[in-house]
Amino acid sequence: MPPAEHFVQPPHWEWWILGYFFLGGLAGGSYALGTLLRIAGDARDESAARIAYVASFIALIPCPIFLALDLGQPIRFWHMLVDTSDGGLSFNVVSPMSVGSWALVLFGLFSFVSFLGALADMGRLPAARPIASVLRGGPGIVWGVFGTAFGVFICGYTGVLLAVSNQPVWSDGGWVLGGLFLASALAGSAALLLLLARSRRDIASDTEGRIAAADRMFVILEAILIVLFFVTLVLADTVLRVLGVWILLWIVVLVGLLAPLVSGWRPDLARRWPPLAAPVLALLGVLALRALVIFSAQFG
Amino acid sequence: MGFFTDTSICIGCKACEVACKEWNQLEGNKPQFLADSFDNTGQLDAQNWRHVQFIEQVPDNRGTLVQPTPIAGGQAWLMMSDVCKHCKNASCLEVCPTGAITRTEFDTVFIQQDVCNGCRNCISACPYGVIGFNDQTGTVHKCTLCYDRLQTGMQPACAKACPTESIQFGYIEDLHAAADKRLANLKQAGYAKAQLYGRDEKVYGGLNAFFLLMDQPETYGLVNERNAVLPRRNNMPGYVGGVATAALGLIAGLLAFRNGRMNGNNVGTNDR
Repeated sequence: MPPAEHFVQPPHWEWWILGYFFLGGLAGGSYALGTLLRIAGDARDESAARIAYVASFIALIPCPIFLALDLGQPIRFWHMLVDTSDGGLSFNVVSPMSVGSWALVLFGLFSFVSFLGALADMGRLPAARPIASVLRGGPGIVWGVFGTAFGVFICGYTGVLLAVSNQPVWSDGGWVLGGLFLASALAGSAALLLLLARSRRDIASDTEGRIAAADRMFVILEAILIVLFFVTLVLADTVLRVLGVWILLWIVVLVGLLAPLVSGWRPDLARRWPPLAAPVLALLGVLALRALVIFSAQFG
Repeated sequence: MGFFTDTSICIGCKACEVACKEWNQLEGNKPQFLADSFDNTGQLDAQNWRHVQFIEQVPDNRGTLVQPTPIAGGQAWLMMSDVCKHCKNASCLEVCPTGAITRTEFDTVFIQQDVCNGCRNCISACPYGVIGFNDQTGTVHKCTLCYDRLQTGMQPACAKACPTESIQFGYIEDLHAAADKRLANLKQAGYAKAQLYGRDEKVYGGLNAFFLLMDQPETYGLVNERNAVLPRRNNMPGYVGGVATAALGLIAGLLAFRNGRMNGNNVGTNDR
């Protein structure tokens, strides 16, 4: 396969976008984990599920703000949804940015309602008890499944958005980036949930153990996709763009991948660490992965 | 309507750059020394909708040509007035989420300034690096092919100002005919590398601003046919990869959350 050739200019998507990619991934991933805990777990996992829904919405709040601030005309953020040329809705199925804008709005609705329900269940928002009662049982699962579909989309579409371009690295990553960002978001969300569980101490220890087990699986999935990402860049002859100074960020990514694995496979070693060390390192790894993908393509 | 830019007769006078800035009221960037031949424009961007490239192909100190070319006895100084290609299959138009980028009645690609919100998705998509972001307006800009002049029956400012008629404006069919004739003449005169770029559909379905080049497209910073690909090529594979990962991830999560219970590992707090 002959090397790819790029003469594009960088779009200068920088810190706001990094913040959105990071928090959006955590929001979508946390929501998915909350739903999975409700589907596969039992009553003892309920506390963790509620925390996941609350974390999802809190992580989501800055996302539209970051996106608007990144625009050259922040006040025109609504042009993503309304076509001001003809007054109709603006939706371009070929543009992941357009599809993602709508997905973010819809996911916001699901995340907000689940957040209210979780708060009511925690006794923090009595006014939302009717919502919580509706979300218990079957309807809540259905609501959670639909919300998870949008949440998972939010985790992964950002990678597709980068790939649907002509930028080096991003477009060379092709089919891998969406999955990579998704796997990384799930791993980060599991780490966030572990972080909150270990901070709050009101989550069952066996629930915590299962979240850690899920985290390890997500990390393995992410590691496989990172290898595939490298292969695509080697084939396109753009792999050098993500090396050089960016190796520092790769080290953070690697440590973030290893921390949860070591915690699970060598508990004797992990016991010597502060309890929050592994999830914090994992979250830093998630942030570093997005940073190096975003910045290396534009400034590599 | 479109442009045919014949680089074989470009003399690098930059009249096109000046005329473009004059008509479109572009302030231009602060002049700077770029150490790149006589180029002090640098690139196409929000302030430069025409950019005259100076590509020096001269012998090294051993008399060996770095990039041999039949022009001028083996030496060459290639010049090209670069511009938005107004692609028939336009990458920028494809990814624009707001509908700000449209195709006009002249088949040109136009950015509606009152609709653009400055997301810069088009910049990431344009394979030619044509579109630039303007900090003052908070929107992106590029050549409009003088849309306002076309509406009143005038030709674009750059074509009007070009002293050698390197930039020709007109109906695409007429320009194709002129380009074919010119290419045939050059080939007959021995210019083996002379070629038309964007004349046919191999590059983005055809370019409404196409070129006669005296060397390979890459020499001028133009993607070759193999690399002239649309962003949408990664759309379906990207989503499919995401769905496959989502399926694996969610199944892994379900197994992890269910396995612990099935193993009877039930020690811990219970908030219910």
